[in-house]
Amino acid sequence: MQNVLEMSGICKSFPGVRALHNVSFSLRKGEVHALMGENGAGKSTLIKVITGVYEKDTGQILVEGKALHFRSPQEAQNFGIGAVYQEIMLCPNLTVAENLFIGRGQHALVNWKRMKEQAAHLLHSLDIPARPTQQLSSCSLAVQQMIAIARAIDMNCRILILDEPTSSLDEEEVQKLFRLMRELKARGVGIIFVTHFLDQVYEISDRITVLRNGEFIGEYEAASLPQFELVSKMMGKALDDVSQIKKEQPLSNQRGIPVYEAVGLSSTAGIKPFNFTIHKGEVNGFIGLLGSGRSEAARAIYAADKVISGEVKVNGKKVKIREPLHAMKLGIGYLPEDRKSDGIIADLSVRENIILALQVLKGFFKPFSRKQAELFAEEYIKSLNIKTASTSTPVKSLSGGNQQKVIIARWLLTHPEYLILDEPTRGIDVGTKVEIQKLVLKLAREGVSITFISSEIEEMLRTCSRLIVMKDREIAGELSGEDVTERDIMYVIAGGGTQP
Amino acid sequence: MEPINTMKRREAISNSNLLLLIAAVIFVLMYGIAMLCYPRSFFQYQTFFDLFSLNAALIIITLGETIVMIGGGIDISIGAVTGLVTMCCAVYLESGNGSVGGSILLALGIGIAFGIMQGFLIAYLEIQPFIITLAGMFLANGLLTTIHKDPLNVTMPHFVKLRDAVIVIPWLGTMNRLGNFIPVEIKPGALVVVVLIIILSVFLHWSRFGRNLYAVGGNSQSALMLGINVKRTKFFSFVLCGLLSGIAGFVFIMTTGAGNVGNASGFEMKAIAGSIIGGTMLTGGVGNPIGSPIGALTLLTINELIRAAGINSNFQAIASGLLLCLFIVLQNSVLWLRRTGGFKLKGIPNLH
Repeated sequence: MQNVLEMSGICKSFPGVRALHNVSFSLRKGEVHALMGENGAGKSTLIKVITGVYEKDTGQILVEGKALHFRSPQEAQNFGIGAVYQEIMLCPNLTVAENLFIGRGQHALVNWKRMKEQAAHLLHSLDIPARPTQQLSSCSLAVQQMIAIARAIDMNCRILILDEPTSSLDEEEVQKLFRLMRELKARGVGIIFVTHFLDQVYEISDRITVLRNGEFIGEYEAASLPQFELVSKMMGKALDDVSQIKKEQPLSNQRGIPVYEAVGLSSTAGIKPFNFTIHKGEVNGFIGLLGSGRSEAARAIYAADKVISGEVKVNGKKVKIREPLHAMKLGIGYLPEDRKSDGIIADLSVRENIILALQVLKGFFKPFSRKQAELFAEEYIKSLNIKTASTSTPVKSLSGGNQQKVIIARWLLTHPEYLILDEPTRGIDVGTKVEIQKLVLKLAREGVSITFISSEIEEMLRTCSRLIVMKDREIAGELSGEDVTERDIMYVIAGGGTQP
Repeated sequence: MEPINTMKRREAISNSNLLLLIAAVIFVLMYGIAMLCYPRSFFQYQTFFDLFSLNAALIIITLGETIVMIGGGIDISIGAVTGLVTMCCAVYLESGNGSVGGSILLALGIGIAFGIMQGFLIAYLEIQPFIITLAGMFLANGLLTTIHKDPLNVTMPHFVKLRDAVIVIPWLGTMNRLGNFIPVEIKPGALVVVVLIIILSVFLHWSRFGRNLYAVGGNSQSALMLGINVKRTKFFSFVLCGLLSGIAGFVFIMTTGAGNVGNASGFEMKAIAGSIIGGTMLTGGVGNPIGSPIGALTLLTINELIRAAGINSNFQAIASGLLLCLFIVLQNSVLWLRRTGGFKLKGIPNLH
């Protein structure tokens, strides 16, 4: 069968992050090709390289056998590449009809009448409950998503890219989309499909390409790749270099006093009510695929999302945590998943970034003296082995791993009793990963309770003494003890229920 | 079961039109109050048309500002550019070998040159529009004082004829105290304004550029993904605004007949205020060129009202400030209510 798209050796870096490294991807005529990978694996970046939003650093893209690269989405669109992005890329201030057709016509004038007729026809044929003259912002999110899909389908494209198109659709709408996808497939359109719903992948896809940490893991026929293996490919096996650290000593499994207890905790981010307890000096982990609710659970504990329900006890005392500052004052620290937007303040110096949390606790009107701040910063630069030119270096000029250490230092300075680390090792080099894992174990021995979240299963197994498996935004199972294996975890994620 | 869909659907009014409607209502109310309080002046047609004739330049600038603001930008150089254009035209006309046609070309040329320069820096080099146009404002102000410092009255005969030209509307007018019928007279500048409003309304509604401009202002990232050339759209919005500043400059000198250092100074702020009162949102994507004259006239009516009341002219500024503040609060609360569903100007059955 003919390849409509062929990519090889694609590399793309952003300052401090290697988003894609030597990735290959091929798409045949008339196939649905699923692009799978965990958060930060590089799926969205790869798609944006295809559609010309980003320019690749190196590598080759062949479209229908010709070497091409698009410099802007309009070039890609003109060539017949339609895309529906993860975030809905439509204009809320325009009408539905305009959103369907804007940027496509070559005429200098707009024929409103014809546009409305065509839009009405298109909406009707796809059974979308919206009117052409309605303002887009008055449509529900699901309808907006359907409109974005309708637009891409109507373009008669040769390649259709659907990045998480089903995340806001209900089951019936998903089936409608799948019917459409099959129709397009029959017409010879190549479809790239990105989703984190495993069942949907197997329902519609012919082939699957897996990415992890920006690297190409493999290309498989969907029929010959069991769901279980797909999960393990996405989450990754042990990196040989990392396997040098073992649990240096069995983590104390004796249950001390609970540091934090929650009953029926839930938040506006959509996490279902869950119960959770962590004891002094314990390292536990939330594990699950992207979208399983692992980060949302952590954010609910820290009140980073608005908490709806639940009873919380810290050190045995009933408390209400309404905002992150409350949590901080109770000795809870949270290292957010997205380092760039929620963690570091890029233009401030290493020193200022380190003392930030402690300064907040102390109050902004009682600043630390420069000397004091310098002492704090130097202490942690040394103990965490942060590679920086000086304490005054802007944090943005550090590597990803060292930026992450700066944030960890920020929390350690507040001497937390309970620290939540959400993906502390994502996108950083192997050496630093090992250091961070060692640090987690060291802190636990010193009596700090830690919740560790990572996409890498090996890492979780090494550091955590108890694993809480999340699926579909609730807790699917809990595994603990020395004998927990990857297999056990994947069994819970892929199948549900603990293995007998 | 009766199908709900057979019900005649009324369309939800778009945000642009809703804000325009509010602006129009406020203007009518304002003018109504003025007529009730000061019937002798405000009940005359001439007063209304004078507002138009004497402030034609401001209204044209407001149109330009509205266009830039719909695209999500801002231009604070337009007042200074207009002032520069008046002085350049005056100097050129007084130089001895100037002509009216030449001065029109000069005016348009200067406006477009500023538009191209600023538009290029803003759209293609992606610099903040506020900073670039601030620099443009300083540049234009500097050039203005460098070219000529003192007031310069244009005495060229052809131009004086144009300056004094009035269009008489014989069927519209008022009786004076002696019982004689005084027809309404308007300046050619007012005619230019009307023509521009019509052209721009049509242009923004029916041209591809116009619709792209709304898309870019609404969400430039989405617009890019939808295949719109965002940079070119932004660039042209500034060029168009520059062109309108040029036209405004010529209309200004056509009305006053003199080049002066203080010409059109502070107009950019009035234009921003007028645009906002006229229903344009500073955040982009929402606005209507018909709103610009309404907004500008609302501001001017307040000033006239205060002048007629004989209050200290400082209050004009205070009143304008308060009105602007009030209007933005009103705009935002209406849009907020609309988002949260507490405000409905529609009769659509629920589709789900």
